[in-house]
Amino acid sequence: MDITEYIQLVFTDYTLRTITLGTAILGAVTGMLGSFAVLRKQSLLGDAISHAALPGIAIAFLITGSKDSNTLLIGALISGLIGTFWIRGIVTKTHLKSDTALGLILSLFFGFGMLLLTFIQKQPNANQAGLDKYLFGQAATLVESDVWMMAIVTSICLIVLLIFWKEFKMLLFDADYTKTLGFNTKFIDILITSFIVLAIVLGLQTVGVVLMSAMLLAPAAAARQWTNSLAMMVFLAALFGAFAGVFGTAISASENNLSTGPIIVLVASVFVVFSFIFSPSRGLLFKQIRFIRNRRDLELNKTLAFMHQIAETHEDISHPHAVKLLNNFQGYTRSTLQKLVEKDYVQINGSMWNLTKIGFNTAANLYTKQQTKDE
Amino acid sequence: MKKIAVKIDDLTVAYNYKPVLWDIDLEIPEGVLMAIVGPNGAGKSTLIKAILGILKPIAGSVTIYGKPYIKQHQLVAYVPQKGSVDWDFPITALDVVKMGTYGSLGWIKRPGQKEKKAALEALEKVGMLPFKNRQISQLSGGQQQRIFLARALVQNASIYFMDEPFQGVDATTEIAIINILKELRKAGKTVIVVHHDLQTVPEYFDWVTFLNVKKIATGPVKDIFNDDNLTKTYGINYKVSIQE
Repeated sequence: MDITEYIQLVFTDYTLRTITLGTAILGAVTGMLGSFAVLRKQSLLGDAISHAALPGIAIAFLITGSKDSNTLLIGALISGLIGTFWIRGIVTKTHLKSDTALGLILSLFFGFGMLLLTFIQKQPNANQAGLDKYLFGQAATLVESDVWMMAIVTSICLIVLLIFWKEFKMLLFDADYTKTLGFNTKFIDILITSFIVLAIVLGLQTVGVVLMSAMLLAPAAAARQWTNSLAMMVFLAALFGAFAGVFGTAISASENNLSTGPIIVLVASVFVVFSFIFSPSRGLLFKQIRFIRNRRDLELNKTLAFMHQIAETHEDISHPHAVKLLNNFQGYTRSTLQKLVEKDYVQINGSMWNLTKIGFNTAANLYTKQQTKDE
Repeated sequence: MKKIAVKIDDLTVAYNYKPVLWDIDLEIPEGVLMAIVGPNGAGKSTLIKAILGILKPIAGSVTIYGKPYIKQHQLVAYVPQKGSVDWDFPITALDVVKMGTYGSLGWIKRPGQKEKKAALEALEKVGMLPFKNRQISQLSGGQQQRIFLARALVQNASIYFMDEPFQGVDATTEIAIINILKELRKAGKTVIVVHHDLQTVPEYFDWVTFLNVKKIATGPVKDIFNDDNLTKTYGINYKVSIQE
């Protein structure tokens, strides 16, 4: 299936439209909330929560015997929340650090969930098949009611975000200070965390327990590279997440049998890699270019300063000196000399050079200039 | 007799089993510029955090002008340690300073022109106005400290708590900060500073509290800043080498 055919299908095919819409909304909400998780240095919390949700899914199935996604997700929500509060409990009540607590809860809940899954698979009734889709997700099983559910949660999340924007921003930056201003930080904290848990649980069906945390982190990490404003970061993360959802679905639909969740995550990771390399202010590429350019400037200035030293020995600053003299100076190359000539700092006459007036003054003010630029 | 700005009774704070602060009684009179001094681990930052309600004490009470902190938070401004936040956070200097107005705004209400104007004035006061739109990671350590100070100034409080405002700043910034603190005192405000440099205590402050888990002494610098109290606090034979 080629791209134009695919785009046509998105608008005509009901199933594909549902899935595309679902993954887009999911990407947007996880990207948005992921920004908060990343900025709070709670990147791993998402991983722990999603893994902690697995036993909830299994238990919900064991109790109700139903495979209705909403029933199972309520189970996931409950065990995800229990996992989250255990992590908080361990961190506050013991000497263990949060990474240890996260790892502990993650593996404990996931192991228990896997145990229950295998137990369910050994059951004689035929109804058990399909629970393992929550491990890696299966976007194809999204139905309209799932998408509605995601849309409603996303809207609520957006409204809450807008209402409490100021409080969220301040808590993320400086929680202690927020408390001293009389705000109930516990309330704000629980609000943010609950929404993160909710978004994760919503994504389990599509992306699965194992890869869910990437949906939180990747769009946010990519967005951070492009902006220094929190609002812009949240917006970009939502955008990247949504695009990852749409592209991921498109790729998996056109290449049959590739599962959607992993591809969405891969697309999001491509965004991250691209952002890390090409972001103008923080990207590796431009950083390297700036570094090289700075070095060249420095070399040039050093050479100019050296020539200034020589020129100073003579009463007439534009008195010619032999180019050979410069060979004593390590940073000197023919191309640096050429550049200085281009800048009108230096004139060359055969094998002799002399500083111009501009060149002399520039050289004399090299250091002071740097200082004024700084402050 | 001066009014008491902060009154602490029987305050005990512990993180795990060992108390960090033990049975502290302290009265801070209104209008003083007070240093809290003591060795590392003496509980200086903890004392401030307990007063501000950031930490929950095991026992004891704190009142600000006779009432519990939560009712008086509008009267109090806080300058945390610079290292307590992530300076790579996507936010500008001006936005950080604006946070000082959030307390009086309360829940949900957004800062408007009035708040922006106040924030700009505070930035001007600390000499950071030209940097208002800088992302905070692009500021030097001293500049970051000034941003924190500006944020507290915006609160227009009666009592200022500062946790090591001179840590890691250069001489220019230190002088700028101490001048602002002295101005605050002149305006009748109470300023409480966790301080590390004993040499500058007599020059900067008029009141001092010696702390090492327990309160060793508190009072005017000229009366109690002496070898005896320093030795009691730091446990070594300490000689004040500032006066002649």
